[in-house]
Amino acid sequence: MPEGVLEIDRISKRYGEVVALRDMSFDVRAGELFGFVGSNGAGKTTAMRIALGVLVADSGEVRWNGRTVDLDTRRRIGYMPEERGLYPRMKVLDQLVYLAELHGMSTNEAHTSAENWIARLGLRDRRTDEVQRLSLGNQQRVQLAAALVHEPDVLVLDEPFSGLDPVAVDVMSQVLREKASAGVPVVFSSHQLDLVERLCDRVGIVSAGSMVASGTVDELRSSGEARLVVESPTTEWAATLGGVRVIERNGTRCVLELADGVDDQAVLHAALAAGPVHEFSRQRPSLTELFRNVVTIEGRSA
Amino acid sequence: MTSARAVSLVAKREFVTKVRTRSFLIGTAVIIAVLAGYVVLQSVLFDDQQHSVVGLSGQATQLTDPLRDKAKAFGIEVETRDVTTAGDAEQQVRDGSLDALVTGAPPELKMIVKDSGNEVLATALNDVLRQQVLTAKLAEAGIKPQEVAESLANARVAVTALEPVDPQRGQRLAIGLIVAALLYYSLLVYGTMVAQGVVEEKSSRVVEILLATLRPWQLLLGKVIGLGAVGLLQLLVISTVGLGLSSAFDVIDVGTLGGTALLTGVLWYLLGFFLYATVFAAAASLVSRQEELQSVLTPISMTIIVAFVAGINLMIGSPSGTTVTVLSMLPPFAPILMPGRMALGVAPAWQVLLAVVLALLAIAAITWLGGKVYANAVLRTGARVKLREALRL
Repeated sequence: MPEGVLEIDRISKRYGEVVALRDMSFDVRAGELFGFVGSNGAGKTTAMRIALGVLVADSGEVRWNGRTVDLDTRRRIGYMPEERGLYPRMKVLDQLVYLAELHGMSTNEAHTSAENWIARLGLRDRRTDEVQRLSLGNQQRVQLAAALVHEPDVLVLDEPFSGLDPVAVDVMSQVLREKASAGVPVVFSSHQLDLVERLCDRVGIVSAGSMVASGTVDELRSSGEARLVVESPTTEWAATLGGVRVIERNGTRCVLELADGVDDQAVLHAALAAGPVHEFSRQRPSLTELFRNVVTIEGRSA
Repeated sequence: MTSARAVSLVAKREFVTKVRTRSFLIGTAVIIAVLAGYVVLQSVLFDDQQHSVVGLSGQATQLTDPLRDKAKAFGIEVETRDVTTAGDAEQQVRDGSLDALVTGAPPELKMIVKDSGNEVLATALNDVLRQQVLTAKLAEAGIKPQEVAESLANARVAVTALEPVDPQRGQRLAIGLIVAALLYYSLLVYGTMVAQGVVEEKSSRVVEILLATLRPWQLLLGKVIGLGAVGLLQLLVISTVGLGLSSAFDVIDVGTLGGTALLTGVLWYLLGFFLYATVFAAAASLVSRQEELQSVLTPISMTIIVAFVAGINLMIGSPSGTTVTVLSMLPPFAPILMPGRMALGVAPAWQVLLAVVLALLAIAAITWLGGKVYANAVLRTGARVKLREALRL
């Protein structure tokens, strides 16, 4: 049973004048699904390619179980690149067997494992077809099988869900969960934030080449300023309280942002003093909102 | 996993995938068919010149035996047929079933041919007639014709050649040209195939997965070895079939000449392929799409084409000339020219050795440089990578 941590430690990468990564750090632990989100060009793909040794970082280091990753440990990683890559004129089975062998399996093991993943991912009828003859969705399944066929100790998947139909999304989610619960650290990037929120144990938000927030979804959501949703006939009272800002008003409903140290009970008292209160709740931002916040803040400072 | 296993896995894939393709099977079959056609044509033409069917009519039939013997002495085979009606026989000459028709009574004979007469046959016939006239006259004069014939046979000039012409020169030249042509074809086709393979991996992005588990040089070496083996297989199949056919049809004396040519051909194929394949691969790694490939390959293909065309002309003209001698030792041209000159038997051992050593040195340098370009450029997709950038990184 693979047990270990994949650590990305302060890696930086420049392309000429452009800084792609700036001291990016995060780790993925055994049995954990780590979601990697960020806008296009934030550096997700670069970070993953560096982890796989396909790119060389200018500084920083990638470690597996505390040791710097080399070619032998890389063979134990399952990788799905953002730009899908398979031999277009090679048959599905041959292709998977070949990739399994390249990752160090014996020919027999490779065959068994390839057949196994072909069956798991519903490609049995297609096993002797050339990859280029498959539908896009099926090509994606083969791509996933290619990342899994050598039973890797770590999974690094770049946008595994893009271009998948809902059924395939379910299959993919299930496989990733299963791998994680078998003790494999799984890191994947995605733009489908609701999916990340539902699936991941921890999430990292990347912007302009650095990790700007990371933690469990709950941690991330409860971070930041506290917000209250209050429904009462008037909202004039709110303006009289120190440290409270009305950020949204919609009929009789308003969203308040509380500065640090402001007691929400004091807010409730003030509201009740002004009139009847029909709703009073704490609002936690969704991952999408968090993401939008982070990205716009970074965008402004950049 | 050892490097050897990694390289052999890549090589095996390249070999198996390529050998299974229809283009390889059809290509090989077509070349063999062309070769077989050529050999058969040669042997038919050869036979045609060596074999004549002559119709003899009337009193001319008494010439049957002497004509056959005389013709044999000239190296051609004459089949004679007695014909009764001259009209029919003329028709047979017209439609080609008779090569010549001889009528009349000695010493005044007529020979009827279709378009142009076979000169050897006419000479043979003249000799036979003269002989008969001579024999008759000698008999009249009371001299024994046999004694005269013996004296005549003994009267001949003894020739000593200072630079004797190799009696096998024609065959050697033919073998040399065929070897050069096969190597030219193999280097160009299989070099291009390596380049296409590199671009296929690059454009399909599979290279990113491969390089997560392989070092660039392992991928490159495996590819070169795998496709090189396919080329070698094809070369061997073609040569074996070619030599077999040639010996079956007696076109060339296969024996030692053909065997040596095959061996040198294989040696130079290997040297040439390793020299050119890495260059092809490095050039291909600079581009991302098959459509862009031609532009980077042209300079390399041109070198091979020039080596072949210029080399062949020089070789036919003066195989030991200074230009061709020097060119045949320089690495870019040696794989095509040297085996040709070796087959011609005009390359001294030191020149061959020097050419091999230079080729090996060039392979070492090219592999190092090409491997570097390939490793630097193969993951950079999009715009064409400038050679200078690929070398600098």
